[in-house]
Amino acid sequence: MKAKVHVTLKNGVLDPQGKAVGHALESLGFQGVGDVRVGKYIEIELAETDPAKAKAAVTDMGKQLLANTVIENFTVEIV
Amino acid sequence: MQAAVIVFPGSNCDRDVAVSLAHIMGRPPLMVWHRDAQLPKVDLVVVPGGFSYGDYLRSGAMAAHSPILRSVKEAAAKGTRVLGICNGFQILTEAGLLPGALMRNRGLKFVCKDVHLSVLRADTDFTRRYRKHQVIRIPIAHADGNFFADDDTLERIEDNGQVAFRYVDEAGNLDDRANPNGSARAIAGLYNETATVLGLMPHPERLADPALGGTDGVPMFESLLEALS
Repeated sequence: MKAKVHVTLKNGVLDPQGKAVGHALESLGFQGVGDVRVGKYIEIELAETDPAKAKAAVTDMGKQLLANTVIENFTVEIV
Repeated sequence: MQAAVIVFPGSNCDRDVAVSLAHIMGRPPLMVWHRDAQLPKVDLVVVPGGFSYGDYLRSGAMAAHSPILRSVKEAAAKGTRVLGICNGFQILTEAGLLPGALMRNRGLKFVCKDVHLSVLRADTDFTRRYRKHQVIRIPIAHADGNFFADDDTLERIEDNGQVAFRYVDEAGNLDDRANPNGSARAIAGLYNETATVLGLMPHPERLADPALGGTDGVPMFESLLEALS
């Protein structure tokens, strides 16, 4: 099975990259663009066949390496 | 005293700091490869600047989980002095040896220039040859030096005297224009709770010889030599 991991900056952590993307969208003429936040998307192929075990393992991966929990949150989806 | 410099794939200041250490301490440091599981017995470990593992995922994230870092953490827990410069500072925060995180610079650009720092403490093994509140000039060269920690952590590290250096103007005043990367409270360098681990974004080894245009980095190495001999 496969895990899809989204890593996003926590609320309250400034995202200068997101801000720059927001400004660029405005300068391209897109109307009504609010706050833009840039994150990461990671796909992981897993040998595990039990979805609950897979989710637990990937959650552990997120805490140890995939996200820096000082500044980032992450979500795990198993498909 | 004996120092070791950790070498990762992508380190590019390992030899610069080795030259400074050899010159000031009179003995070359041991160069320790990141795959080595055991750190030799040394008084000081330097985690140098560069782009370890190509800054993949986050600056310092991969290096923080390399085999040698486990041994560095054990040595740090026993009081071995650890100095992380630039990418080394990023690695030490990712490894949990120092609090907070280093994010993309406020201006999104790689910034390479001399900055002025205020020395907050002159009573540690890293800074005893400086004066308290001395203003020193040291180069920076980084894209991810924007120090972040939540408010509780910032209060705690201020209360504990863990702030080592702040970005200031030439006269030593705090000024947002003198903060090159948007770091919280203009923090340029940080100690652990026992002031035995120091991480800083600026490069003291790059101004440690008159031929390089300045010597404000020298007292840091002299301090360590004096403290650890």
